[in-house]
Amino acid sequence: MKKRTLVTLLAVSVAAAGLAGCSSSSETAETAAATEAAAEAGEEEAGGEAAAEEEAEAEAPAASGELIRVGIINNDPNESGYRTANDADMKAMFTEENGYEASFAYSLKNDEQITAAQKFIQDEVDYLLLSAADTSGWDSVLQDAQDAGIGVILFDRTIDASEDLYLASIVSDMNKEGETAVNWLADQGLEEYNIIHIQGVMGSAAQQGRTGALDAKVAAEDNWNLVTQQTAEWNSEKAQQIVQSVIDSGTEFNVIYAENDDMAKGAVAALDKANISHGVGKDVIVMGFDCNKWALEELLAQNWNYDGQCNPFQASYIDEVIKKVEAGEELAEKTIILDEKGFDATTITEEDVEKYGI
Amino acid sequence: MTVKKSAAASGGVADLFRKQIFIPIAALLLLGLFNLAVDPSFFKISLGNNSDGFPVLTGYLITILDYGSEVAILAIGMTLVTAASGGQDISVGATVAIAGSVILRILVGTGGDGTLQAPIIVAFLAACVVSMLFGAFNGVLVAIFKIQPMVATLILYTAGRSIAAWINNNELPIVTDKVFTYFGGFIPGIPVPTPFFLAVICVIITLLALKFTNLGLYTQAVGINASSSRLNGLNPVFIKWLSFVILGLCVAVVGLIKTSRLSTINYSVIAKDIEMDAILAVALGGNALSGGKFNIMASILGAYVIQFLTTTLYKFNVSSDALPAYKAAVVILLVVISAPAVKEKLSAMGKKLKKQREVA
Repeated sequence: MKKRTLVTLLAVSVAAAGLAGCSSSSETAETAAATEAAAEAGEEEAGGEAAAEEEAEAEAPAASGELIRVGIINNDPNESGYRTANDADMKAMFTEENGYEASFAYSLKNDEQITAAQKFIQDEVDYLLLSAADTSGWDSVLQDAQDAGIGVILFDRTIDASEDLYLASIVSDMNKEGETAVNWLADQGLEEYNIIHIQGVMGSAAQQGRTGALDAKVAAEDNWNLVTQQTAEWNSEKAQQIVQSVIDSGTEFNVIYAENDDMAKGAVAALDKANISHGVGKDVIVMGFDCNKWALEELLAQNWNYDGQCNPFQASYIDEVIKKVEAGEELAEKTIILDEKGFDATTITEEDVEKYGI
Repeated sequence: MTVKKSAAASGGVADLFRKQIFIPIAALLLLGLFNLAVDPSFFKISLGNNSDGFPVLTGYLITILDYGSEVAILAIGMTLVTAASGGQDISVGATVAIAGSVILRILVGTGGDGTLQAPIIVAFLAACVVSMLFGAFNGVLVAIFKIQPMVATLILYTAGRSIAAWINNNELPIVTDKVFTYFGGFIPGIPVPTPFFLAVICVIITLLALKFTNLGLYTQAVGINASSSRLNGLNPVFIKWLSFVILGLCVAVVGLIKTSRLSTINYSVIAKDIEMDAILAVALGGNALSGGKFNIMASILGAYVIQFLTTTLYKFNVSSDALPAYKAAVVILLVVISAPAVKEKLSAMGKKLKKQREVA
């Protein structure tokens, strides 16, 4: 009896030692060992000594069963509808039912995020999930995480750091979003495309991607013209004024390509004032991005024609990465591009609005 | 128009130069002539129907009346603040966001489906009270604590949009009620945009207040010399404070127009940089930015001139992020023209011209 207890103790302490100095590759093995040890201890109904030892190791992932501990650092969910949806998605995925024990930290400031990361490293989480507020300043803290054997997964935003410091990065491809939208527009088969192009804040990733695809198409095709190309800086009021100005000038147009939903809404307000019909089968095609719920409802009502997604639902991708790493599989790519849809007003359904609306 | 006539009636180019309202009128004529020369269709106004089937006027000039009215309403309050305190309120845009947020919060509540939970007038009055309170806050800082107006209002300029977001729990409520769109659009059957009527109402109330109370005189006295006006029995602290509260009221009206235009709000961009336009309107109106004498009608005209400029630039497809640069050029021009030294030169030149003509 005494001998068995001693063996158990030994197993637990070995597991603990392994944990203290583990590297990411030994993680699964160590987890298995600890689980075994814990099981053994429970089976034996070991004396108070072993139980106490186990209590002390409660911080270790294995001691509390199968739960994988993740520390999630995100931007403030109140920042935008996109972020709110992103955070809700994370909270829905990383639950105890799905085998996770999650801690959350929110900040729009990089230094606060770094502090949170350091705390998570001290708490010895298994994975650190990070949507960085700023691209720089992450090298040393990610190095610490690597030394502690914590796997880092970036979501939504990339950082300026060596690729070796993280397992995977899950991001949107803005260029592809633009291409999907432009291809959809090309499929409409209009004789002539006279486009009012309302851009986001110049230089932002979303603006560059969504503008690039349209610019390329306009340059390539003879029947594609830009009536006007203006930045409304994501601002619906400015978009309204820009479209108003085109209407006042009497120039003909049949497409509004707005780089987000807000600006499309502003443009539509100007159209309504001038009694220019818009939507499915009407005079003007209205295109937006981001898939806000209210925008998808406009699609459902066929007042708009197209809305491109900027996918905030990244948790399932992260889950997949973690499962693969836990199973010891190699990841095919470091950078994982999110699957992003474009919704057409003629095919969108109520379920789509509920599921993809943010 | 009447102003121009009276100026002409009093005769003499020199007189016209010395009149405060000369600057905005000259700017308006300049812009008008420019547009007439380049593309006369700028002045075309056509009557059509909007998507609800009601008659509406459209055209660049109507757009100017429509959007210029927002700045015109703010210019009323901003002129008083400038005259009384010798400084400007830069928190106007942020307070518009707060007022708009209050309106939406009361109209549809949080998590509502967009139907009205309260009459629009109640929501508007609540917004008036809230933005007057914020105006009063600014007023206290400026009048009692004697903080530079720009620095005092910097507090709300920074914090205001966060407060606006907080009022609605960061949600973006959408009003589905049609009536709510009338304030920033058209009232059925009336083809002139509603913001213009709101501006006219505000102007009439202000002019009546200036005519039948001593507000104008007192404001001017305090602005010229606060301590001597105190010795003459005025209360400069109260007058300065009052000007900020009145500006708060103007802000609430603009908040109503802005939220009504799109039936929703975006806290970070609603009425962005509108304070700069309002201040520019005051400057364009020929009012001394250091306080004292003021002319509200000139400021209002100035507001429409700014919108005239903006609309003209949009027409010529000038990138909208370059607009502030053009406005800056106008400011520089104005400051130079309204400098006393230049003004004297101009009127002296006018006199000379007149004499030469008499001789001939």
